Amino acid sequence: MPYPPALVAPMRQEMTDMGASELITSAEVDAVLADHRGTTLVFVNSVCGCAAGNARPALAGALKHDTTPDRIVTVFAGQDLEATARARQYFADYQPSSPSVALLRDGEVVHFVHRHEIEGRHPQAIAENLTTAFDKFCGAVA
Amino acid sequence: MAQSPEAGFAYHKNRQELHGITVVVTGVSGTTWVGRFHEQNDEGVALKDVGIHDGSAGPLEQWLAQARKFGIRVDERAVLVPSKEVVGIERLV
Repeated sequence: MPYPPALVAPMRQEMTDMGASELITSAEVDAVLADHRGTTLVFVNSVCGCAAGNARPALAGALKHDTTPDRIVTVFAGQDLEATARARQYFADYQPSSPSVALLRDGEVVHFVHRHEIEGRHPQAIAENLTTAFDKFCGAVA
Repeated sequence: MAQSPEAGFAYHKNRQELHGITVVVTGVSGTTWVGRFHEQNDEGVALKDVGIHDGSAGPLEQWLAQARKFGIRVDERAVLVPSKEVVGIERLV
């Protein structure tokens, strides 16, 4: 059952403040993810304080890197159920977890950060995981 | 949201160190559980969103590698691994 909107509002705002576009419906998800061109980062947001509380600042830090994905979008697990389920269809080889991060290039998942790679880790370590992937997958294609 | 000074560790107060961390619990019977640690007490280790390897899913290391890369295929939402069964507990990653 979703949490009260007022409780999750700061968690949503934290994402939009860093430049992520919130996807609330399946149609919104498809409008972004069905367009396979370029690189797209999907952040599966969560209310979990111990994991998402580190993952959001980690992503915010990573997005200050020189190389970043073309698009940053977010769905909210446990809140926006339809959009989250739809987004997960675009990385269906990966078991659902939240928070998690999928990086897609030309429609293919090229990097995935599971919840188990976030739990208990400092935001800087998570950010380094992400920026390493940005350098590898989001730069100019040779 | 301000970053907690405890960033990098569990925010949960009054919880054991592994609370909220995905762990591998090795059992004396040969069964292995992978799930999110909730707590450990005299009764055993309580896990959430648990994948269970009982030998029928191929070699254990291959199963664990799959879990690390593609995530945990949940067999049970909650499991209590009895204390007498527990040989070891370690982080999945």
